Amino acid sequence: MLELNNVQKTFNAGTINEKRALCGVNLHLAPGDFVTIIGGNGAGKSTTLNAVAGVWPIDEGDIIIDGVRVNKLTEHKRAKYLGRVFQDPMTGTAATMEIQENLAIAARRGQLRGLRWGISRKEKEQYREMLKILDLGLEDRMTAKVGLLSGGQRQALTLLMASIKKPKLLLLDEHTAALDPKTAAKVLEISQKLISENNLTAMMVTHNMKDAIAYGNRLIMMHEGRIIFDVSGEEKKALTVDALIQKFSLTSGQEFANDRALLS
Amino acid sequence: MTTLVNYISSLPGAVAQGMIWGIMAIGVYITFKVLDFSDLTVDGSICLGAVVCAALMTVGVPMPVAMLCAFIAGLLAGLLTGVFHTFMGIPAILSGILTQLILWSVNLKVLGFAVGKDSAANLSLSSRNFNTLVTMLDMNKSLIVLEVICVVLIALLYWFFGTEFGASIRATGANLNMSRAQGINTNATKIFGLVLSNGIVAFAGALLAQYQGNADVNMGKGAIVIGLAAVIIGEALFGWIARNNFALKLITVVLGGITYFIVYSTVIYMGLDSNYLKMLSAVVVAIFLAVPYLKKTYFSKPHHKKVKSDAKEGGANA
Repeated sequence: MLELNNVQKTFNAGTINEKRALCGVNLHLAPGDFVTIIGGNGAGKSTTLNAVAGVWPIDEGDIIIDGVRVNKLTEHKRAKYLGRVFQDPMTGTAATMEIQENLAIAARRGQLRGLRWGISRKEKEQYREMLKILDLGLEDRMTAKVGLLSGGQRQALTLLMASIKKPKLLLLDEHTAALDPKTAAKVLEISQKLISENNLTAMMVTHNMKDAIAYGNRLIMMHEGRIIFDVSGEEKKALTVDALIQKFSLTSGQEFANDRALLS
Repeated sequence: MTTLVNYISSLPGAVAQGMIWGIMAIGVYITFKVLDFSDLTVDGSICLGAVVCAALMTVGVPMPVAMLCAFIAGLLAGLLTGVFHTFMGIPAILSGILTQLILWSVNLKVLGFAVGKDSAANLSLSSRNFNTLVTMLDMNKSLIVLEVICVVLIALLYWFFGTEFGASIRATGANLNMSRAQGINTNATKIFGLVLSNGIVAFAGALLAQYQGNADVNMGKGAIVIGLAAVIIGEALFGWIARNNFALKLITVVLGGITYFIVYSTVIYMGLDSNYLKMLSAVVVAIFLAVPYLKKTYFSKPHHKKVKSDAKEGGANA
């Protein structure tokens, strides 16, 4: 479903701030793979997701989504293959627009937006049913502005928007990091539900090792712009946080010094 | 006593002018409020609309065609600003200023073309010699025509911003990242918003030239401030009518424009030196723009209760 071949990216090349963010990332995802990505700060986790999403062009390598080479496609053109949820709950939704308007905009991802009315009666019924699944009471607030929702509610809505068009690939970029633990658990649960019900291929960046082990069928660890550890199936299920930390020190030759990852 | 009579008899004129500037302010609303883009092109494009309309009518083009050309000229002005900003990466305000400067030369040339000279700074468009759509010499007709124009324009815009494409323009203004992630070509929506906005502004310029019976290269000076004043005054005084309805919001913009010109007439009647008027408008706009910021920064009380209930809600529901 996704192929990354030797993807490289350097920011601020030729300046003192030069940063080699991705140093040849190779990754192949099969349809239905749900991969969690962990690693220290600056390891290239979010950068990998942004490279796939086309936030900026990559320097080298190929990105192939479902057989289509997307290197040259701009961010909004790639959007038709992707669903995205961001770390900041404010990023994924339009605060000054209604819940149903946000969903209607997401439902037209990858389609030509013409002069038909922006939302149909039939759609509203569908959205009501979809919102019920979230179990947050949003189905009764469909004309409320999204700005009135809590961070967790906004993330749940963003998840629904991201999966509404059944994307080839769902990109979750630390989408629970800004939430309190209880809300984060709920949003993760919704993520899992939407991924398995729609049979989506997904990549989830997280700082939480327990979540990285508990969710998905595959786990990769990144360090300094490379994938240093890639585990799936039974082997992944058997992982423990201690084993992961040990693995990290072994392959990177460094201590896993990240309080956020260790304490959570 | 005569001055009071003068004042009262000036009020219909204030309403008419307010409506023309209200139409212009609807253009400003589209960039400033919907797209979240401070577009300074309007100082040039309102004048462009006026001079194109006046010049074409002077050389014998029928009024409706002249107005259509003024509208199209405005569309092109918006296009230029949009291209500066999106494809050339120039900051929003600077893009508008650059177009404004270009239009200054264009406007001089357009007026010059009408009188057969290299350039001209103004041009008379008296309704005695021309078949104008609105004129201060026939207030009853002008007021009716302007009302109809406002209603039709607001109805069209209400429809347009409710469509799929219109909604994508609103989304662009609301959240750029979200829009791109949802497959919206934000460069295209920004450009289209600027094009539409400046078309409306230039159309208002064409009305203004006919109404006051002349076009002048200086008539756009400070137009953005009057437009913003109309938007802001409308929101502050009549916002309670509008709530969340887009059409009603546009009506408050026109009401804001009318209020502005009634206040204008009033302060002149009260003997204010009219040289201070632009300063006064700017100060009013500055104050109204500052209010939300000042409220947040200096007058906000800590919302202990709200935070608590949020967390509770987040825990239980979200």
